[in-house]
Amino acid sequence: MSIRFDKLGVVIALLIAYGALVAPFATLRANRIVPGEAKMILDALPAGAGIALLVLIVFAAVIVLLKTPTLIRLATAAAALVALALFVGMAATHLTPPENTYARVSPASGFWILLFAFALLAADSITRLRPQPAIRVLLLLITLGGAAAILMSGLWDGLSILKEYAGRADVFWLEAGKHVTLALGSLFASVAVGLPLGILCHRVVPLRAAVLNTLNLIQTIPSIALFGILIAPLGWIAVHVPGAAAIGIRGIGAAPAFVALFLYSLLPVVANTVVGLGGVPREANEAARGIGMTDRQRLFGIELPLAMPVILTGIRIVLVQNIGLATIAALIGGGGFGVFVFQGIGQTAMDLVLLGAVPTVVLAFTAAIVLDALIEMNAPQRNRGRTA
Amino acid sequence: MIEIDGITKRYDGNTVVNNVTMTIEPRTVTVIVGTSGSGKTTLLRMINRLVEPTAGAIRLDGEDNRAMPGYELRRRIGYAIQGHGLFPHRTVAQNIATVPVLLGWDKARIDAKVAELLALFQLDPAQFAGRFPHELSGGQQQRVGVARALAAEPNVLLMDEPFGALDPIIRAKAQADLLDIQKLLKTTIVLVTHDMDEAFHLANKIAVMDKGELVQYGEPAELVKNPATEFVQTLIGASERPFRLLSIETAAEAVEPGTADGKPLPEATSQRDALSQLLWTGRNALPVAAADGTILGKVTLEGLTRRAAKPQ
Repeated sequence: MSIRFDKLGVVIALLIAYGALVAPFATLRANRIVPGEAKMILDALPAGAGIALLVLIVFAAVIVLLKTPTLIRLATAAAALVALALFVGMAATHLTPPENTYARVSPASGFWILLFAFALLAADSITRLRPQPAIRVLLLLITLGGAAAILMSGLWDGLSILKEYAGRADVFWLEAGKHVTLALGSLFASVAVGLPLGILCHRVVPLRAAVLNTLNLIQTIPSIALFGILIAPLGWIAVHVPGAAAIGIRGIGAAPAFVALFLYSLLPVVANTVVGLGGVPREANEAARGIGMTDRQRLFGIELPLAMPVILTGIRIVLVQNIGLATIAALIGGGGFGVFVFQGIGQTAMDLVLLGAVPTVVLAFTAAIVLDALIEMNAPQRNRGRTA
Repeated sequence: MIEIDGITKRYDGNTVVNNVTMTIEPRTVTVIVGTSGSGKTTLLRMINRLVEPTAGAIRLDGEDNRAMPGYELRRRIGYAIQGHGLFPHRTVAQNIATVPVLLGWDKARIDAKVAELLALFQLDPAQFAGRFPHELSGGQQQRVGVARALAAEPNVLLMDEPFGALDPIIRAKAQADLLDIQKLLKTTIVLVTHDMDEAFHLANKIAVMDKGELVQYGEPAELVKNPATEFVQTLIGASERPFRLLSIETAAEAVEPGTADGKPLPEATSQRDALSQLLWTGRNALPVAAADGTILGKVTLEGLTRRAAKPQ
């Protein structure tokens, strides 16, 4: 039997080799802002554990390199990811000098490269298995549940990012709440406005170009500039409209951040609504009219259901985009995970930056997977039948 | 009865249908033919007010079709189009049930109607009710499209090139089925087509449209015998005239007493097909059998030739 290599597997195996043998696994620093000392796997872990991890990684790399059954590849990726998660926690405990509360241990480039390589392997295997949407959401829940379990177990408590968290636990959840509220709130507002606007643009053709061009223009305004533009009108409203200040409308803070996110969200929602409605088969519309549906019945019974996958795709773009963009809100006092990112940059404390960045990425990733599953479950039958 | 009375439709000063007056008898099949751009589809769509006329009136059983809102009128008139227009996200049963649901029928009555129509169109309800349109063949989709148009038991069925997207074999079957169903349900059918073979096969009366004008309206034989204009003659085709005449009537109507050798022709065979059989088998006569197998008589080459000749 000849040995056959997996094409993507070669790339992943090279990444693994580099991450495991060339790049450092963890960094030890005397305190949170000084440059640190890089440690390879064997230095970063207790003797036996280091060798065990290396053996596991070599074993995984061989499986990745060769053409192996997809389920085995997925199991390998899962095992490697769990091992990485456990050993990085162990490295933190091992490297931190006893009774030293200033020293910081953080994962180094080798760890991130390995994490990326095995995550890529997992994603590739899942794509090849073509699981049902519900299974994909289940896999996501298992992954999140696993991460949560490790967090609760205290295994990662030695890591620098969690030391940053420990000092800010209450603020962290407050900002998390603000972040989600900003991202979701502006999403709901943009759907509430964008969907009817899209329907209107579909029906009234002359309006279409004007509205879409305006929204395109808004997309090109940099967020900082948009915040600046909004200060004056929102400040004016706060002073002159009774009750506006009471519900939190001010020139800076959450209100302009909300308005900016809302404005950026409108284009994907409106554009996808127009495209989705335009893609409804002409015959279906014609027949609906011909057999006596009113305009409203046709809209809700035929056009919107058939356009829904495209509209949901727009909503997915908006949600992922908003979760990322909401970090900017911190610049004008709007709160959210951006608070940690900008504080961290100010203090040159990368761990603090990560405390803001990692949850943002996890949130965006989760939203993308859940909405993708929703879109697929909503796809018209004809598409589902063909892929099955 | 559908009375079309001085109907005109203009778009931006462009006259698409010009002062058309015609009466369509109840329980008949009327086919509107013409080239594309002749206004035949516009005329059809003014009957159920998908298009509002510029001038004139259309009365259904004496009642002006503007007496009620357009969507209510359309629920009472069947409508089937080319490419079936089924709703891709709804099952066959849901598609057929569309108008009854709009009319607020109760569930038991809707279910019974759907099952009845599926059976009528030779689609096993157990097998097809839950399928989606993309899971059907072209012919099945087309049948479901017509079944949906008939679901609310309309007196009138409008069809806009309903068989245009079907291949020739399925089209012939669909045409035969339509005639059977029309005989059974006694629906008044108005059908638009540009296919003259289809028109002669289906029509009790043919209306010829040219550049927005109704140039001739009469029985198929009348069109062949006395074409009103050059255009009608071209449409029928000079070399096709004898065969058009033969394709109107069945072999049963050309039966002569006596018997002949050979495989009997079914009585419903068109005279055109009977002639074709005679020529192909090289015989002078073939027996004609009723549906139950009894021999009615014979058709002869001579008899059919006489019927195909220009009327004196």
